[in-house]
Amino acid sequence: MSAPALRRLAWAAMVLLGLAAPYLVYPVFAMNVLCLALFASAFNLLLGYAGLLSFGHAAFLGAAAYVTGITLRTWGLPTELGVLAGTAVATLLGLVFGALAIRRSGIYFAMITLGFAQLVYFLVVQLPWTGGEDGLQGIPRGKALGLLALDGPVTTYYFVYVAFLAGFWLIQRAIHSPFGHVLRAIRENEPRALSLGYDVAHYKLLAFVLSAALSGLAGSLKAVVLQFASLSDVHWHRSGEVVLMTLLGGMGTVLGPSVGALLVVTLENYLADVGSWVTVITGAVFVACVLAFRRGIVGEVRALVRRSFIGGKP
Amino acid sequence: MQALFGQLLVGLINGSFYALLSLGLAIIFGLLNVVNFAHGAQYMMGAFAAWMAATYLGIGYFWALLLVPAAMGLVGVAVERLLLRRLYGLDNLYGLLLTFGLTLIAEGLFHQAYGNSGSTYPVPAALRGGVNLGFMYLPIYRAWVVVVSVVVCTASWFVIERTKLGAYLRAGTENPRLLQAFGVNVPLMFTITYGFGVALAAFAGVMAAPVYQVTPLMGSSLIMVVFAVVVIGGMGSIAGSIFTGLGIGLVEGLTRYLYPEASSVVVFVVMALVLLVRPAGLFGRQR
Repeated sequence: MSAPALRRLAWAAMVLLGLAAPYLVYPVFAMNVLCLALFASAFNLLLGYAGLLSFGHAAFLGAAAYVTGITLRTWGLPTELGVLAGTAVATLLGLVFGALAIRRSGIYFAMITLGFAQLVYFLVVQLPWTGGEDGLQGIPRGKALGLLALDGPVTTYYFVYVAFLAGFWLIQRAIHSPFGHVLRAIRENEPRALSLGYDVAHYKLLAFVLSAALSGLAGSLKAVVLQFASLSDVHWHRSGEVVLMTLLGGMGTVLGPSVGALLVVTLENYLADVGSWVTVITGAVFVACVLAFRRGIVGEVRALVRRSFIGGKP
Repeated sequence: MQALFGQLLVGLINGSFYALLSLGLAIIFGLLNVVNFAHGAQYMMGAFAAWMAATYLGIGYFWALLLVPAAMGLVGVAVERLLLRRLYGLDNLYGLLLTFGLTLIAEGLFHQAYGNSGSTYPVPAALRGGVNLGFMYLPIYRAWVVVVSVVVCTASWFVIERTKLGAYLRAGTENPRLLQAFGVNVPLMFTITYGFGVALAAFAGVMAAPVYQVTPLMGSSLIMVVFAVVVIGGMGSIAGSIFTGLGIGLVEGLTRYLYPEASSVVVFVVMALVLLVRPAGLFGRQR
């Protein structure tokens, strides 16, 4: 079997699984997985393809969740507008933070994005209209396109699923486009990409903004699904969690982050009542991934498939 | 006036800790090329170790100031030997991720054992009380913190810039392979350097125990600010990280006096401004 055929097979499996999901598992759980899978995929565009480790992606997810919450709950706007507003604010934040952060590279980039995320966190804690420690509760789901009431979990699921597929498709289009190849060239050898005449800063910023926008979309959807926005969405634990999802699933693979999101959300669901042990286990998985498992699950599977079906170097 | 000086003093105290921690980060990063995210957790463990030594073993403050950094230094040696060593030669983001994982483990364990609320560590008897300077009241312990951290930072600067060991360290920072070719045991230097950095963080933790509440999360809230300090100052020079640390502490103190709401974000705003004006950091060089 050839590589494109395998990819199509994986796609078909994913779409079918997504369609059947609300009948297989608890729909709210499935929606939560979709939102975080989109978030991790958007994050992976930056880490896996441009080689930029952002340690502050919670800022985009969380800010969008809060903006969506405010537009839907306080202003009573339609659901689509709320989601759009959240995504737009995340995009804008991405533009500002990205423009500043790409002025430094490597490990400083991670520290700068972490700093900006802390800035957003403290703003959310202190601003009068974010509900402080309580967050925003009781966000109405409203109607999709003014017609379809999103009160049932299954209807809401398909609304989120369509949005997820659109975002996911955009990400994988970007990855396989000439733009995505330039990003990989920058990741592998930045001075060389520069000497070939590519405006490296421009490409990095574009990748950052795209990643922030789609993280924002994920955050907005999450606010609609769970009907609340809370401080945990802007906390640095969330930024670390998305790194873990991507690392565990396989960074630099299209499907990896979604697999990672599914595993991490499942893990957190099952460990919800053991208190701080979740943090300990998350940390241990982190350490294990970094030491022994850097390709992640999908990366390992891909290497295995390439060895056994296609031959040649993994 | 009293309030202003009071806030500036608090700022100076915080700044002393920023300086101590960013110094350790810079030393570790310089040689090992690893951003030690666990630095905050190691500081927290230092504070907890001092508190546990006092509570369970009856070991006093001054002994803790000596023993805790030594013990934590050994922990650091073990971490370097068993874990970090496997990542050299890889992209340096893996070092950051590994130490991030270690941070989660340490914080989770302490949180499980001691919960969210803090424990208080008494100010040692010899350093209690204060002096009235006329324009403000100066608690002796606070003056002690500032003086000791400046002394420790200066001593570290002296060792690194003026001694043979420091010359090896600087040579290793520039080019470890060449240094090894000259017959210096570079892997051992890596181990010792990491151990020293961790000991420095634990030392700061013991110093901090009587000032702040000892809580499992005291380290991570601090390390975020220290990262911003490192971005502002750049990790290029030791003196730079000391000045930046103290300076940012003072800026925070001033903000707390003028506009308290902004005091927790001002450091990140300064970071953004520095990136805008001098992307390499105040004392840094682009690398």
